[in-house]
Amino acid sequence: MQPKSLLEKIWQSHAVTQFDDGETLLYVDRVLMHEGFWWSIIDMLREKGLTIRRPSSLIACADHLVPTASRVNGYASITDDRRRELIRRLENEGREIGAIVLGMMDEHQGILHVVAPEQGITQPGMVIVGSDSHTSTHGALGALAFGIGTTEAVHAISTQTLWQNPPRSMRITVDGRLNPHASAKDLILTIVVRLGVGGGAGRFVEYAGPAIDALSIDERMTVCNMSIEMGARAGLIAPDDKTIDYLAGRPRAPQGADWDRAAADWRTLYSDQGAIFDHELTIAGDAIVPMATWGTTLEQAIPISQTIPDPARESDGIRRRANEQALRYMDLKPGQRLSEVAIDRIFIGSCTNGRLQDLRAAAAVLRGRKVCVPSFVSPGSRDVKRAAEAEGLDRIFIDAGFEWHDSGCSMCAGANGDQLGPNQRCVATSNRNFPGRQGPGSRTHIVSPETAAASAVAGRLVSRGQLEASA
Amino acid sequence: MKRLTMIDAVAAPLDESNIDTDQLAPGRFLSKPVTPDVLLHDRRFDSRGGRRQDFVLNHPAYAGARILVARRNMGIGSSREAAANAVAIAGFACVIAASFGDIFYNNCLQNGILPIVLDEAAIDDLITFLQANPGRHLVIDLPAQTVAGEGLLIRHFTISPRRKRCLVEGLDDFALTAQFGDALAAFEAGYYKTRPWLALRA
Repeated sequence: MQPKSLLEKIWQSHAVTQFDDGETLLYVDRVLMHEGFWWSIIDMLREKGLTIRRPSSLIACADHLVPTASRVNGYASITDDRRRELIRRLENEGREIGAIVLGMMDEHQGILHVVAPEQGITQPGMVIVGSDSHTSTHGALGALAFGIGTTEAVHAISTQTLWQNPPRSMRITVDGRLNPHASAKDLILTIVVRLGVGGGAGRFVEYAGPAIDALSIDERMTVCNMSIEMGARAGLIAPDDKTIDYLAGRPRAPQGADWDRAAADWRTLYSDQGAIFDHELTIAGDAIVPMATWGTTLEQAIPISQTIPDPARESDGIRRRANEQALRYMDLKPGQRLSEVAIDRIFIGSCTNGRLQDLRAAAAVLRGRKVCVPSFVSPGSRDVKRAAEAEGLDRIFIDAGFEWHDSGCSMCAGANGDQLGPNQRCVATSNRNFPGRQGPGSRTHIVSPETAAASAVAGRLVSRGQLEASA
Repeated sequence: MKRLTMIDAVAAPLDESNIDTDQLAPGRFLSKPVTPDVLLHDRRFDSRGGRRQDFVLNHPAYAGARILVARRNMGIGSSREAAANAVAIAGFACVIAASFGDIFYNNCLQNGILPIVLDEAAIDDLITFLQANPGRHLVIDLPAQTVAGEGLLIRHFTISPRRKRCLVEGLDDFALTAQFGDALAAFEAGYYKTRPWLALRA
């Protein structure tokens, strides 16, 4: 039999119809939506006079617009009327329709890409689409998962399908093992730098190799989450024992005889020996070091120990100009060390790094130390928050001077109003450093949770190793 | 969807790479339907709402432009369809770039915008030409898959046959999918028989 890649196995099992040139009408198992775009999807559905084909395949989560500083006054905690209206629309219409709703005050509320795996909604072999680009996160459990726009979301919920170009594949093999000072975030930033922000354009990227096998499920989600930042359509990791153990007993995972059948199926989901990929890349896992972005795209990142590169030495003219423009926006200079630059704010959280393991990693740095810049944590979900509190992580953060917030997307995109002022510099564990992303004129440095914690203590951008060496 | 075959219109050169979707449609505009001033808002307007005269799209020669030419990684970032919608509402029917963010590319097609990928040398020629001759037209011929302009080399572009057919015939994905209703019903029946755990519990 012809060897198949994991991508091909999932693709072929979901192809409703396929044209000679490979264009496919792909079956969709689950559609993820948040309140930021729910209203536009439902309005368009109604305008087109369409209905929802399988309502319970919709997952509706309140995450983008919810207040995270405090929710003690319930919906009255929302200061903006439009935001409150959009959150209520998702909750009320979601329930009327028969979707799975995780509303703002639900005890399991959280960021879509944290909550869906936690609840066992995300399962290997599924095709999952979402009205959010970081839907690529779910590939960490062996699902084919990618973000789509409003019109495609309407198509997905009304037909349970999507038209797709023939898929282009890529395999990134990470050899060796990450050293203790490097995190999954540093690994994916290294890969984005290596490939460039367009380097994975339109591709489905499978991550494999011993360093990937050694990652926990939380870490794999960090890697797959940021696949979109190199232009990839999706990131994908073959399910293994860790994946199956992770899903066992989750509220919406299969149960009983269904579980046995599902788990047996999941064990067939891997790339066969000899499977062919359109592109292959190998990365040395043990060479990964703590990384930080200095610019306004994710490829503008460096090992924290290095100095900011000089655009004059960039041979590619377009990249040179982009680098010059980014340095101006970020108010940085070639040859400067990131550790020289004062920072105004620390944000730990997001669908990239808001999980329990991320909070543990940051807390390990903060134990017994004090921060010297305003800093806060927004756990990725209320389940993460409760689990962290059960371990006493909240005390470590609070004793260090962090604010301990409720869960949501918060300052990653600032859609809930948690924004920086113009020219304010934030060290963040989120996923994008685009101009104005965290508020007009805001400046963002993307790092791992360990580095964010170390930077909070130092007041400058430093890795944990640098913090400890200077202590 | 409107049929799209030929576009003969003013082209605006946006001489930059990495124009992400946060710039195309800033997050704070996403909770309402898109209006014409959303597109590249913080690039076009200063903090008091005044037009930045030095920004290319504010140049009078490009008023009424229907074609936008940018460099590399156009529309990278989030899935927000407002980014493509803002381009359409600002009057553009075609975006030409050396490469696109994948979701933005698809969202353009869903909004009746033709996204065209040309190689970097061709983009360089187009931008140099349009900067030297502000207000000049480009001519896009979708059936022939060409980009032309007076004094310019004719450039050929590729597009998936299905996408092309949809744009030329004004057929959207919904109309196309409707032609496969029986195939979908048959697929679904077989799918849940072999994967009963995916049939949803209440």
